[in-house]
Amino acid sequence: MALSLGVAARSVGFGLPVALGLAWVLARCRFPGRAALDALVHLPMVLPPVVVGWLLLLLLGVRGPVGAWLNAWFGVRLVFTTGGAAIACAVMALPLMVRAIRLSIEAIDPGLEAAARTLGAGRLDRFVTITLPLALPGVVSGGIVGYAASLGEFGAVITFAANIPGETQTLPLAIYTALQTPDGEATAAKLALVSIGLAVVGLAVAEWVARRSRAALGYRR
Amino acid sequence: MGRAPVARRAGLSAVIAFSLRHRWPGGGALAIDFAAPAGATALFGPSGAGKSSVVAAFAGLLAADAARVVVDGVVLTDTEHRIHVAPERRRLGLVFQDARLFPHMRVRDNLGYGLRRAPAGDIRFDDVVELLGIAALLDRRPHTLSGGERQRVAIGRALLAQPRLLLMDEPLAGLDGERKAEILPYLAQLKQALGVPIIYVTHALDEVYAIADTLVLIEAGQVRATGPLGTVTARGDVPLAARDDAGAVLEARVAEHHPARQLSLLRSGPLALWVPLVPGALGARLRVRIPAREIILATEAPAGISLHNILPATVVAITEDAARHTAMVELGSGEARLLARITPDAVARLGLRPGVAVLALVKSMSVDVLK
Repeated sequence: MALSLGVAARSVGFGLPVALGLAWVLARCRFPGRAALDALVHLPMVLPPVVVGWLLLLLLGVRGPVGAWLNAWFGVRLVFTTGGAAIACAVMALPLMVRAIRLSIEAIDPGLEAAARTLGAGRLDRFVTITLPLALPGVVSGGIVGYAASLGEFGAVITFAANIPGETQTLPLAIYTALQTPDGEATAAKLALVSIGLAVVGLAVAEWVARRSRAALGYRR
Repeated sequence: MGRAPVARRAGLSAVIAFSLRHRWPGGGALAIDFAAPAGATALFGPSGAGKSSVVAAFAGLLAADAARVVVDGVVLTDTEHRIHVAPERRRLGLVFQDARLFPHMRVRDNLGYGLRRAPAGDIRFDDVVELLGIAALLDRRPHTLSGGERQRVAIGRALLAQPRLLLMDEPLAGLDGERKAEILPYLAQLKQALGVPIIYVTHALDEVYAIADTLVLIEAGQVRATGPLGTVTARGDVPLAARDDAGAVLEARVAEHHPARQLSLLRSGPLALWVPLVPGALGARLRVRIPAREIILATEAPAGISLHNILPATVVAITEDAARHTAMVELGSGEARLLARITPDAVARLGLRPGVAVLALVKSMSVDVLK
């Protein structure tokens, strides 16, 4: 279970900054290829997770173009490792995170950013002082949704990182393994309970954060 | 406060030079040029006249076909020489119709936002807070403020960015009459105290009268008239003159108070104007407006009449509006200008033409004392 939490945390850790950048670009920039980027980001949501895992394997595997490069230069191997499991989760959770953050960025009045600009704030300055704080509810809920999705990811993890106890065997994989084992149902049930508990806590935290930030910005309900 | 600005205010040379040529893809073109001295310049015109494009061009947010914007000697835009200062480097204090306060910051942090990013300047935090009367609001959040308070904070925020120019785009359009009346005095005071040139975009004449020194009339993408407020409001050949409430604005000083007669005497250049008793110390400046339709012209002084003001003047120009069956007669007396609306028949009967001396008869009750 600790492994599962760690994988999910790393997944959100990798994924959230990327999601934030993508969400900002998709929400605020107009450029050719924007629709293509949008589609690419959403791809993991509509593809079977196993296909995503396999594509990752092709791309990041020791013989894949990116994987070979990582291996040669940094000695980093992602396939069949905990890091790999986190990457697989992050890619699967990315569309959810991007979606949540993008909605909250689009809800910000562009006039506020324009006002900040006339007050002398450059692009990065505006992003950090205006866009990010105002989009924070979306970022937090995106993070929580991403975390929950990462905890539950199965297909992409098992394809890309395999099912190695203690290394890549996350909660759903463990439940699956337990169900395959004779007399494993008790273990599976326990793990399922843990899973439900985590989900409930996640939702509660998301709701609390959303309420708090709405109150701070002065919206009623 | 009030150090260098005094000299700048007194100077008559243009601190703002503006030129814009633009053709919209869907038709419609802009050709707007004007120069303005220090003080407040009002851009007045109906909506859709092109005022917002002027603001956008100032701010550097309009990719115009050709534009040149110079403020206080600094070239901000010059398409001919490919100069375009980035909007965040222009140091123009923009005040929008919707105050656009940052909702996640307290009033204090909103005010400080531009200040922290600006080079050190003359405009100090405490002075602005006091001038705008917002000391009690500093720890509040924007959503707890009234519309008028929000707009005052927005003005303060723009000022504290040490702008070369305060650019106000219909700042009071969203407020009701009472709130407007609450802010206008602050604006007038600010203009005197801080010496920052102001461009004030509006379609409300009462705001023009309250704060403008220079008036630029914009209609259908073109400048129809530009000049000092008193001169432009006295012209008979501009769209303003066709309005029912047309009338020249005069700068005046309180010369005498006669409490027993319940009258005050104001002087504007060589003109002496009796009005119902006004508040204000002797010597205080104020503005009055004499509605064009309230002026009677005569060639000899009437006797036995309740009227107080018989003003000698000379006809400067006459504009006849055949469609409205009126003639607008512009009168001069020294620097002062008046505008009278009479019938073309009266023009003919009195033999009025430019250069003729006449008497302008104005009821003291008709003089509109603005402030």
